[in-house]
Amino acid sequence: MSYSQAAATALSEAMRADPSVVALGEDLGRGGIFAQYRGLQQEFGAERVIDTPISEATIMGAAVGMALAGLRPVVEMRVVDFALCAMDELVNQAAKNRFMFGGQGRVPLVARMPIGLWTASAAQHSQSLEAWFAHIPGLVVVAPAAPDDNYGLLASALASGDPVVYMEHKELWGVEGEVEPGRHVPLGRARRVHDGGDITIVSWSKTVTTCVAAAADLAAASIGTDVIDLRTLWPWDREMVLASTARTGHLLVVHEAVQVGGFGAEIAAAAAEATGCRIRRLGAPRIPSGYSKPLEDQSRVAVPGIVAAAMTLLRR
Amino acid sequence: MQHSDQTGSAAPPRDSRSAGIPDTSRLRALYRTMARIRAFENAAEIASQGGVQAWGLATSAKPALVRGPLHLSTGQEAVAAGVCANLNRDDLLTSTHRGHGHTLAKGADVNRMMAELFGRATGTNKGKGGSMHIADFAVGMLGANGVVAAGMPIAVGAAHALKIRGRPEIVACFFGDGAVNRGPFLEALNWAVVYHLPVLFVCEDNRISATTPTGPMTGGAGAGARAGSIGVPAEKVDGNDVEAVAATSAALVAAVRAGAGPRFLHALTYRFKGHVSVDPGAYRDAAEVARALESDPLRLARDKLLARGIAAEVIDALDAAARAEIDAALGLAATAPWPDPAAAYTDVQNTGANQWR
Repeated sequence: MSYSQAAATALSEAMRADPSVVALGEDLGRGGIFAQYRGLQQEFGAERVIDTPISEATIMGAAVGMALAGLRPVVEMRVVDFALCAMDELVNQAAKNRFMFGGQGRVPLVARMPIGLWTASAAQHSQSLEAWFAHIPGLVVVAPAAPDDNYGLLASALASGDPVVYMEHKELWGVEGEVEPGRHVPLGRARRVHDGGDITIVSWSKTVTTCVAAAADLAAASIGTDVIDLRTLWPWDREMVLASTARTGHLLVVHEAVQVGGFGAEIAAAAAEATGCRIRRLGAPRIPSGYSKPLEDQSRVAVPGIVAAAMTLLRR
Repeated sequence: MQHSDQTGSAAPPRDSRSAGIPDTSRLRALYRTMARIRAFENAAEIASQGGVQAWGLATSAKPALVRGPLHLSTGQEAVAAGVCANLNRDDLLTSTHRGHGHTLAKGADVNRMMAELFGRATGTNKGKGGSMHIADFAVGMLGANGVVAAGMPIAVGAAHALKIRGRPEIVACFFGDGAVNRGPFLEALNWAVVYHLPVLFVCEDNRISATTPTGPMTGGAGAGARAGSIGVPAEKVDGNDVEAVAATSAALVAAVRAGAGPRFLHALTYRFKGHVSVDPGAYRDAAEVARALESDPLRLARDKLLARGIAAEVIDALDAAARAEIDAALGLAATAPWPDPAAAYTDVQNTGANQWR
């Protein structure tokens, strides 16, 4: 099953089980621009799979109102870059509602905002802004790297009752993988995708696969690499990451987002504080993504760069 | 600012007097609501003195009982009272940063409201929101909001949910004249039309956006014309005449309840006080303020009651009862317990609760 089908499957199962689950966003009736809603409007009707005007602020804000009035909305923002038109509604309204009104209401909504470089899509359709949302109290932030996790994490996000920022990667939609029906993945739990004792690499979303490829290269140089797919950025799995860094003494955090102020800095600092491990970060340079391939490639995190960063960290 | 509002198709009687006999008991009830709002805000304003550092004013040595900013709706009480008189307890309401009147008129308990302003654990929001976020979900009041126009998308979403769930309730969405210049105004009105939602938009036009007159900041023919251009029928009303507000909103609420889709009430009123409690509003023309005070909604309603044979002592008794109720609320709030500091870590989120760093 593809990464996009996995999400559609999780959502359709939730909609069958709970009539209060609805989805709203632009072009959903046609299946969503990445086919991640394919077939849903045909099955559940236009009242529950809602085609909306291009009104990001009100898509998000209306979802807050829907949640307060008894629904469990799934919001589609197309790409995270467009979610910036809905920042007040997400950050000041959805995330704050429960606390500032003293727990009178809750806002169970899942806001899907695909991230990542998407070939030749340039500066406004390529960003990875997960750190922005991990910074906001009240929000859960999820970034699945594989089809089974996109199924299992979306199911858990829908069930959580919290506002969840759900960040799929635009270059993963067509990736195929085994998906076990009913296997929900708990929020806040990472997964180890490669075992090793010399260095810990933490990543999430699309760069997890790149890190696994780098781990194979490092293995050829007799370096054992623990690769951890964080899966959920907030709350992140401190237990697994800190146990690994305590063992290896070396942590490299890799993400596609701009390195400066990225969430990798938070993981690295927390691990260094807790375990005294040596740390290194690898993310994109602080430049907008360029259109032309030689320019875009400057923003991509690739295997050679990960191997080099690991070698530098290990002083080899 | 020019206003040329589009009128709804089935124009209802605009004033209860057009039915023949003045409805004195209804006016008395509306007056009582306004008197309670006025008393609440006057008391809160006094309790906040010295509490906020702004506009070059220093905080006093003695801590104020209300320590945060208060956006007072003094002078605008007729809009809250007149509209909310047509709402049921289960109807929903979204408000602005100037939301005490809407909250009280929707039926919230004044003791818990005052306790919230005092930051006490017994407040409507357990001391977590204060004046700017006052809310009472139990009476359908979904919250005051610190961001202009932010309640509008929430209101249409709540109405959308009511429609999907097949519920009979409606949503009243209050906002100010400043909100008509924000994008969510356009988006939310359009949304309500596209999905044919049960929502009454109420533009509480006090003619000033924070401290700057709205007219010179606003293109076109104003709030109602903008609503009409999107397809939301709008009615303009004297927002200081509580009977007119009640009668006009009664007709609009009836249309919304009957499934006619969204309606828009443009209520012209005036804010007697500054933008926020520490703002003396000295930037306004004194003559303009003096003229506005002559149209004090409580004074207008009092004159009408007197003209209909209600004795001055009866009206004075309504005022005294409102003040006594608020005095009691002040006393309760001042002795209510503070929140446990541990409450700062509750009501945030379930996923990852206990992970704060």
